[in-house]
Amino acid sequence: MPVMSYIQAVTAALREEMLRDEKVFILGEDVGKKGGVFRATEGLYDEFGEYRVLDTPLSESAIAGVGIGAAMYGMRPVAEMQFADFILPAVNQILSEAARIRYRSNNDWNVPITIRAPYGGGVHGALYHSQSVEAIFANQPGLKIVMPSTPYDVKGLLKSAIRDNDPVLFFEHKRAYRLLKEEVPDEDYTIPIGKADVKREGSDITVITYGLCVHFALQAAEKLAQEGIDVHILDLRTVYPLDQEAIIEAARKTGKVLLITEDNKEGSILSEVAAIIAEHCLFDLDAPIQRLAGPDVPAMPYAPTMEKFFMINPDKCEKAMRDLAEF
Amino acid sequence: MAKEKITMPQLGESVTEGTITAWLVKEGDRVDKYDPIVEVLTDKVNAEVPSSFSGTIIKISAQEGDTVPVGAILCEIETEEVKTEDTEKQETKAEVNTPNTEQPSMKKRYSPAVLRLAQEHDINLETVSGTGRGGRITRKDIEKIIQQRQAGVQETEKAAAPEVSKTQPKSKEIPMRAGDVEIPVTGIRKAIAQNMVKSKQEIPHAWMMVEADVTELVNYRNEIKEEFKQKEGISLTYFAFFVKAVATALKEFPELNSTWQGDTIVQHKDINISIAVAKENELYVPVIHRADELSIKGIARKIEELAEKVRTNRLTNEDISGGTFTVNNTGTFGSVQSMGIINYPQAAILQVEAIVKRPVIIDGMFAARDIVNLCLSLDHRILDGLICGRFMKRVKEILEGMDRNISVY
Repeated sequence: MPVMSYIQAVTAALREEMLRDEKVFILGEDVGKKGGVFRATEGLYDEFGEYRVLDTPLSESAIAGVGIGAAMYGMRPVAEMQFADFILPAVNQILSEAARIRYRSNNDWNVPITIRAPYGGGVHGALYHSQSVEAIFANQPGLKIVMPSTPYDVKGLLKSAIRDNDPVLFFEHKRAYRLLKEEVPDEDYTIPIGKADVKREGSDITVITYGLCVHFALQAAEKLAQEGIDVHILDLRTVYPLDQEAIIEAARKTGKVLLITEDNKEGSILSEVAAIIAEHCLFDLDAPIQRLAGPDVPAMPYAPTMEKFFMINPDKCEKAMRDLAEF
Repeated sequence: MAKEKITMPQLGESVTEGTITAWLVKEGDRVDKYDPIVEVLTDKVNAEVPSSFSGTIIKISAQEGDTVPVGAILCEIETEEVKTEDTEKQETKAEVNTPNTEQPSMKKRYSPAVLRLAQEHDINLETVSGTGRGGRITRKDIEKIIQQRQAGVQETEKAAAPEVSKTQPKSKEIPMRAGDVEIPVTGIRKAIAQNMVKSKQEIPHAWMMVEADVTELVNYRNEIKEEFKQKEGISLTYFAFFVKAVATALKEFPELNSTWQGDTIVQHKDINISIAVAKENELYVPVIHRADELSIKGIARKIEELAEKVRTNRLTNEDISGGTFTVNNTGTFGSVQSMGIINYPQAAILQVEAIVKRPVIIDGMFAARDIVNLCLSLDHRILDGLICGRFMKRVKEILEGMDRNISVY
């Protein structure tokens, strides 16, 4: 099995899906000749040509809108937002059109579009290149939001997203692109959307998180294991709609739950996870549900010290996890 | 002179590692601040990394061709500047300043999980020592005890609270089978259970029964009950007659209208009759205050009122307090004999059984008569057989004297 980085897994999934289904095409800013600013679409322009890898104007609402129109006519577009921060001009298209059309047309129309966007901080990118935007979309029935944490999950989930008959937002952590590497099978496989995944079995505390924070939690868990603290880690993978069953099971397992996200704390995905646990697990809880998240400030700061303060890292995870274990 | 480390810098967004292509210096070389020391290749750029300090390279940690993550040490430099210790000092100061407040005891702060498990497995939390913060009992602590029990290991309960386990011996576990229903014990059920256990365990119960011929009473009541119901709007029950008879007799035998107070026995002036009223799975004992001052009609009305309040959950504290003697209408269900548990701390309880037509011999001849059994449970600490026998005889007399000549008003 070849070792792939997170971004290589993105490219592999795109390429395999384009080979498998000629209706799949890519559109976005600089995705063609340049191969994407992060090189996610590298080589695809040369392999599939200008009609299947489209360089678009700098207009996110057009990227989403064109994609949605093409999808309604039977194509399977994969639209790229250069940075998740830039998705905001396209929100009207995504919410009012893509998320609603199946419901509005009584099942006559659907939008099989995948919108990819790199999110997240820790890359010294400041305001327009570091934000987490999932919470904006996480109460819009009709949408699915996938945020994978490993190269293996990236390939399987991106394929599922492209094959899904409804709109899927696929958020990739840009710091994970070249940081994370693992063995990824060459052959075709998919991972179901809407299913969380236990990344580590443990019995003392439960950590529920997603995206890059899964790795911070895993690193912290390894350290804590030496102190005899046994951490259970659930990776949400799909943050909307949530895998309630897995969340409840994981929370019940230890009764001590820590939720981690890089997003601002208030109104984040975690808030909904906490509510699900509160609704279903009262008599299994052994401690208040804890949240480790970014502070409620408007955006990721530029100054390295400030960015460090904002970002989640293994040390912060370790501290919060130990604190809960000792409760 | 101080040792400093030069680490792999972040050479652009999303760059997490770089490959060393060439070292421009070697160990022992002297460099100035900002002098290029190493060439690094990343996904995006090929860059020269400058030195952050002036000094002598003492150790090169990453070799040419190595791929090094951002933040990893490239080399060490012995600098010429004296390292200021300001930052370190500040850090330690901050640590000292954080208030080291005493943690409050968490021993009795039970989480929902701990409470549930303790209830399900009948674990006395007072005897468990917690391993959580501030001595808190954690779910794992309880799970451990359950596991030990299941493994047959003797539970290491401290001798601290044997009192509780003495009065409430652990019920033998009968395993749940399919179809079994688990019913949570409600607050009221718990209160009933506690009172009953207390009464039965503390009071030495003695028991006696007399038989009363209430044929005349039955005849009289049958004659007037329709008219009474029409006129007064309430039913004229037998129970009202019995309560009246007991209240009258208690006036003459105040010994039975008393409560046990440990060092003293208190004889009560007011005759407040508790009556048992059942509701689904709950049992209430509301009180007819000063029953001796009420007519039979007054008692009948009071009984109806109290029963209605029980049904509609409107009993007040006043309604259920102050009872000095209990009359229980067990006959309603056809019972002809029962042994009541005394309503603690009262001295006795009288059970009125079902009125049954029976052949009896009067003046050497058989006659069909309406007979009722009256059963008395008494607290043998307060009362003896003699006084109770006299009391029961008196109740019997009063009941047998209830005929057309008495007034219900």
